[in-house]
Amino acid sequence: MDLKKINDYTWEIPKSGDMKVPTVIYTSSKLLEGVKRDRTLQQAKNVACLPGIQKMAYVMPDAHQGYGFPIGGVAAFDLENGIISPGGVGYDINCGVRLLKTEYTEKDIHGKRKQLLTEIFKEVPAGVGKGGIIRLNRNALLEVCVKGAEWAVENGYGMREDLMRTEEYGRMREANPRHLSHRALERGIPQLGTLGAGNHFLEIQKVSEIYDGDVAKVFGIHSRDQILVMIHCGSRGLGHQVASDFIRLMENKIGSRGLPDRELINAPVRSPLGQQYYESMSAAVNYAFANRQMIAHWVRNVFKKIMGSSEGMNQVYDVCHNVAKIEKHEFNGRIQDVCVHRKGATRSFGPGREEIPELYRAVGQPIFIPGSMGTASYILVGTREAEQLSFGSTAHGAGRVMSRHEALRRFRGERIKEDLEKRGIELQSTSWKGVAEEASQAYKDVDEVVKVSHKVGIGKLVAKVVPVGVMKG
Amino acid sequence: MERYRFFAHTADAKFQAFGETLEEAFSNAALATVSLMWDWERIEHKVTHPVEVEGRDLKQLLSGFLEEIIYLLDTKSFLLGFPENIKIEEKENRYTLKALFKGDHYSDRYEIFGDVKAITYNEMEIENSGRFMVQVVVDV
Repeated sequence: MDLKKINDYTWEIPKSGDMKVPTVIYTSSKLLEGVKRDRTLQQAKNVACLPGIQKMAYVMPDAHQGYGFPIGGVAAFDLENGIISPGGVGYDINCGVRLLKTEYTEKDIHGKRKQLLTEIFKEVPAGVGKGGIIRLNRNALLEVCVKGAEWAVENGYGMREDLMRTEEYGRMREANPRHLSHRALERGIPQLGTLGAGNHFLEIQKVSEIYDGDVAKVFGIHSRDQILVMIHCGSRGLGHQVASDFIRLMENKIGSRGLPDRELINAPVRSPLGQQYYESMSAAVNYAFANRQMIAHWVRNVFKKIMGSSEGMNQVYDVCHNVAKIEKHEFNGRIQDVCVHRKGATRSFGPGREEIPELYRAVGQPIFIPGSMGTASYILVGTREAEQLSFGSTAHGAGRVMSRHEALRRFRGERIKEDLEKRGIELQSTSWKGVAEEASQAYKDVDEVVKVSHKVGIGKLVAKVVPVGVMKG
Repeated sequence: MERYRFFAHTADAKFQAFGETLEEAFSNAALATVSLMWDWERIEHKVTHPVEVEGRDLKQLLSGFLEEIIYLLDTKSFLLGFPENIKIEEKENRYTLKALFKGDHYSDRYEIFGDVKAITYNEMEIENSGRFMVQVVVDV
């Protein structure tokens, strides 16, 4: 494969064959070795062949092989001639991260870490096959899909102010659940307000380093050892079902002939089927926002109970990692509406964008890049360069380098828990095997991922946080 | 005969399942999928669910069949122990599959250690070279 090095952190696959645009990979020599070992680059080339793609197909520093699009893939499509693809969003629609700050320090919670974690474990349902605490009726679920986090706030979960500090203000206006299948709704009903399993987690963290004090302060992060809570989950079975349903619908209606990979199935953005997918995906996005809103509320309750107060536990922000959106971007000398797919990528909007809440508009949006279990996570800030370099996008996590099966063969959950405890990190999980699968050795080095983001300029470092308590779904 | 075998796949889980018949290969693919979430050999056969799926081709049929496992888990807390009486038929370019899922409802007796989010078409293969082989990558 023709891979051209542009500079220390940028590589390019020039246009060839059916590619409509080149592919750009933001990575380092070290990360590139891992990327070359799987099908990431071939998948990114396939994306570059899709109708109506604009500028370039982008690959983020944490990229790895997905299905159809690579994970860590970003692509924008023209609204007139372009497409929308469920495989470009992924199965876990609006898998994302919410960060709460506290006014506690590590010292304050030190003796109560275990208690906090145990209590959160009781309050927030996690694991597979177990439903949530609340059971909605069908109409309430439809309302969740329309109103997102707003529904949750109206029903007593959290504060109105949280909405302001959520991507899309916690509600995609384009959402419409009328095309959700009966199955999607059936799966959505028992799972609202649940963390799920796999790579989903909830972490009590402490700030370990602040790189940009001014921006950090705007985000409400002011000192080392300040305690934060990070929630990572998505739209659960409802979102997965929407993806599966529309892949099938598009196949039956349009067919997958000529596609290099059946998961690249797509429909013109403006076609009825494309719009139906967009409305349904947005409904799943809203479901995920409501889900994280409820979990955040329970976490505050636990702090109130154990620590005596949840005062100052403001939401820093809530970001999507798997989504497609119609956004305005300036390229080729004019501002154009495009359908941006971010599959395992975070929006990175710089200062001035109207999509960012006023309180952050002068500095750029907060970005959260969770590491693997037991390792550091990072807070970054969106940039104007990102709008030029990646349709306003950066990485979303560490990215796997080892299959779960291999991790399960090599590691033992019990041992991982012991090791974490030696390092002062409490761990609770529904399953030992689940812990082994998420061993940090199975992931890329998140430090290197954020370094690339920072050096390229698609997301600038603000602070580093490390876990003190981990709840793994 | 070996029922299924897993392969390295960075993000997801990739397996091949085998059978003397297409039905047997599908059945073993169901067990492979389940093996990512719980130990199917330890599930008691107390509850049955009849399953019926359709597909425009065999790959769609396979993906629909395996999705039933996740659907029944999410909506009925049903843990598949074994898929019985699988019958695949083709009529005018449409495929249908009927089966009887035997298993149990989730309880504390069972450990669930993984999550299969979805069945993908990525690298999906269905081959017949004397015996049948189906290859599937699932999103976990």
